[in-house]
Amino acid sequence: MPKPSPEEMQAMAKRWMDWFGSIAAQNKLKERGNRLIPGVGKVVKPNNVVTDGPYMEIKESIGGFAIVKADSFDEAADLAKGCPVLNSGGNVEVREIMEL
Amino acid sequence: MEQSELIPHLFRTEYRKIVAVLCKLFGIDHIETAEDIVSNTFLQAAELWGVKGPPPNPAGWLYIAAKNKTKDYLKRNANFRQNISKELSRISSTTEEIEVDLSDQNIADSQLAMMFVICHPCNPTEAQIGLALNLLCGFGIEEIARAFLTNREVIYKRLQRAKEKLREEKIQIESPNSSAINERMSSVLLTLYLLFNEGYYSASEDVTLRKDLCLEAMRLTFLLTEHPQTNNPEVNALLSLMCFHSSRFEARLSEHGETILYDEQDHDLWNQELITKGEYYLNLASQGNKLSKFHLEAAIAYWHTIKEDTKEKWENILQLYNELLIIEYSPMAALNRTYALSKANGKAQAIGEAEKINLTGNHLYHSLLGELYNGVDNAKALMHLQRALDLAKSAADKNLISIKISQLKNVV
Repeated sequence: MPKPSPEEMQAMAKRWMDWFGSIAAQNKLKERGNRLIPGVGKVVKPNNVVTDGPYMEIKESIGGFAIVKADSFDEAADLAKGCPVLNSGGNVEVREIMEL
Repeated sequence: MEQSELIPHLFRTEYRKIVAVLCKLFGIDHIETAEDIVSNTFLQAAELWGVKGPPPNPAGWLYIAAKNKTKDYLKRNANFRQNISKELSRISSTTEEIEVDLSDQNIADSQLAMMFVICHPCNPTEAQIGLALNLLCGFGIEEIARAFLTNREVIYKRLQRAKEKLREEKIQIESPNSSAINERMSSVLLTLYLLFNEGYYSASEDVTLRKDLCLEAMRLTFLLTEHPQTNNPEVNALLSLMCFHSSRFEARLSEHGETILYDEQDHDLWNQELITKGEYYLNLASQGNKLSKFHLEAAIAYWHTIKEDTKEKWENILQLYNELLIIEYSPMAALNRTYALSKANGKAQAIGEAEKINLTGNHLYHSLLGELYNGVDNAKALMHLQRALDLAKSAADKNLISIKISQLKNVV
């Protein structure tokens, strides 16, 4: 993938911030979470086996997470529809956090 | 200065200083004794100066009289003396001769120390603001009642309860050098912020009083910047925010206390000196690595001091509101963000976002939708403005909305 220009990076940052801002303005943002740097990392397997990761066996890699407050999966999915990753070929998986 | 104004003026400037020094000297259990001594000092001044005319150095006279009254009081009240001896022994080893230190340094330290007591979260915010106005700003019960649009009895009871609470909780009057100060910092800043807002956004029509509240909040915040222990980036951000906001004070209120909206303000009335001060404190605030809500609000206020309506300005304001909402949600920030969004990304997107934030019980929400639909769907705009008018409580708000409705009707 070619490196984005500073203007493109700026525009990307804006799309992400506008999305977080939109969720936060509805008082539904719990935690902004973190973006993960693509392509670098380690995978730890049983018996002290450590390899360069992320998982090469799967086609998709996780780019980041955010925690939202929603009353239903539908509501959470609606919030996810604005995620900028959708514009660049990615998708968003909506999961429920287990309450302890 | 006319003699009739001299005592009220000194009351406003000196009462709080002597009260703070005595409170710090006596400890939290004896706030009222401190207040009585200072009130008696002013009473004596009023009687004496009325007959003989004021002395050459009225403030100095008050200090000496207050010192003497304190000594007399301690002589006459052996019990009291015993009670406070523990407090006093912290300050001087000889309990025989009590020195009331009214030097500038001790006055500043005592006022700071009292600020941290008064802004303690054991009291509800409105009680904290009341106490701050009373003990730190020298406001009488009457003035505080006017600021809160209520009556004397309500304020009197509120202050009594608040002082009682401080005693019950045994809140220590700490020296500003103490490390305990840092833990209480955020609640002090919040109280000062709310005190400022009380003046800035109050429904009261008393413009002078509202300005006084803002100035007092700024003075107290400035006190924090003057002491090395309390002078941190967050304090500077708060002071910067206050400077930027108050730079528009003259422009945003008509002489009858009616609000003049940002777009309609006379820019010549914006106070450049305060804008420059705001920039100065914002620069100081940008040291360190903590980005507080005050930093973001100060930066938003900074962009509002720029008159030109550029894309860059609104893009920056939008991003700052995004950050602010991520740190802490508030309905006002959500509404303002949506307005900035309409300026930066266009009305169509902003209307969609506005429908999502769903603050249907808030007149400002409907005012905003009225604004967004204006020129897009005027029938909807009218409907929202009408709803805003029904929900608005203050006469000033109703007036503003009515004007918008008639302007829109003229277009339709």
